[in-house]
Amino acid sequence: MHEMSIAGSMLEAVRAESVRHNAHVLAVGVKIGELSGVDSESLRFCFDALVQDTDLAPLALQIERLPWRNRCRQCAQDFAVLEYRTECPQCGSAETEMASGQELEFAYMEIAET
Amino acid sequence: MTRIPLERKVLNENDRLAADLRQDFQRHGTRCVNLISSPGSGKTLLLERTLAAFEPGRRVAVLTGDIQTDNDAQRLARYGFPVRQITTGGACHLDARMVTTALAEWEPDAIDLLLIENVGNLVCPSSYDLGEEARVVLLSVTEGEDKPLKYPATFHRADLVVLNKVDLLPYVPFRMDLAREYIRRVQPDAEIVEVSCTTGAGLDTWRQWLERQKTEDRSQETEVRRQKSEVR
Repeated sequence: MHEMSIAGSMLEAVRAESVRHNAHVLAVGVKIGELSGVDSESLRFCFDALVQDTDLAPLALQIERLPWRNRCRQCAQDFAVLEYRTECPQCGSAETEMASGQELEFAYMEIAET
Repeated sequence: MTRIPLERKVLNENDRLAADLRQDFQRHGTRCVNLISSPGSGKTLLLERTLAAFEPGRRVAVLTGDIQTDNDAQRLARYGFPVRQITTGGACHLDARMVTTALAEWEPDAIDLLLIENVGNLVCPSSYDLGEEARVVLLSVTEGEDKPLKYPATFHRADLVVLNKVDLLPYVPFRMDLAREYIRRVQPDAEIVEVSCTTGAGLDTWRQWLERQKTEDRSQETEVRRQKSEVR
């Protein structure tokens, strides 16, 4: 359950942006990879619990889930990894590496017009 | 309403502190290894066996993380090397700030090898960079060979996987070939070593891996120094 500390880090960033733009932040968008080790539902639960009844409310959390994708080191094919099948579907090589899926990143924040 | 694009990591602050730690480690020639596993996989005993084999005066230190108690630090302190317990008081992982604070009272250039035993947990520690040079994930044969598939985020970031407690293989339905296959699927580049801290099997290979990391980096360092002196 490290989603609480992650939600806390997100709210620190929201406060910083709010001060920088001198405006209320209405929504924060994040990208969460399938292999990031972060559970979206727990994150949402912790995020809402921390925001509730504070000056940050109302604040929406918008999550974009990114699937696990690998890239082939032999033929450069980029493909979705399903059922842990990491071999290249195009050339059959076992030499593939992660192209996406580990993300835990901010995408955007939406601020109120001032 | 205005949308501001933000292209940065959520754990930006942890990554910044970890980058500072990594830079300090490199400057002082400290090799830092982060050990991760579920509770009870044998991290502390592996560290005990590791410390017991070092020459006195060897510049090795240990940070050990737990939610409560300093039991592990007491076990590890018996070998005469500096050990510090990080008690997280509830947090399920170590972060770069805890490591920075714990290291503050040690002379950084007096440590060649820093072993960090993370909080026993196969999920949360994987998101937190501690500035380590290498990450080791332990999996003991009593846990089931499909752990790499159940916790791919953790195994994907492993440089070395230690398959521990192999002396128990005759008593448990653990299939080593499957375990290796599952590790390969989530992290094809990870090295794998089979170890028993009870019989001592595989410990030499583990120690060689620890030493090899050091030796390789030493030679790179020497190379850098040589190039610098050539430039002068």
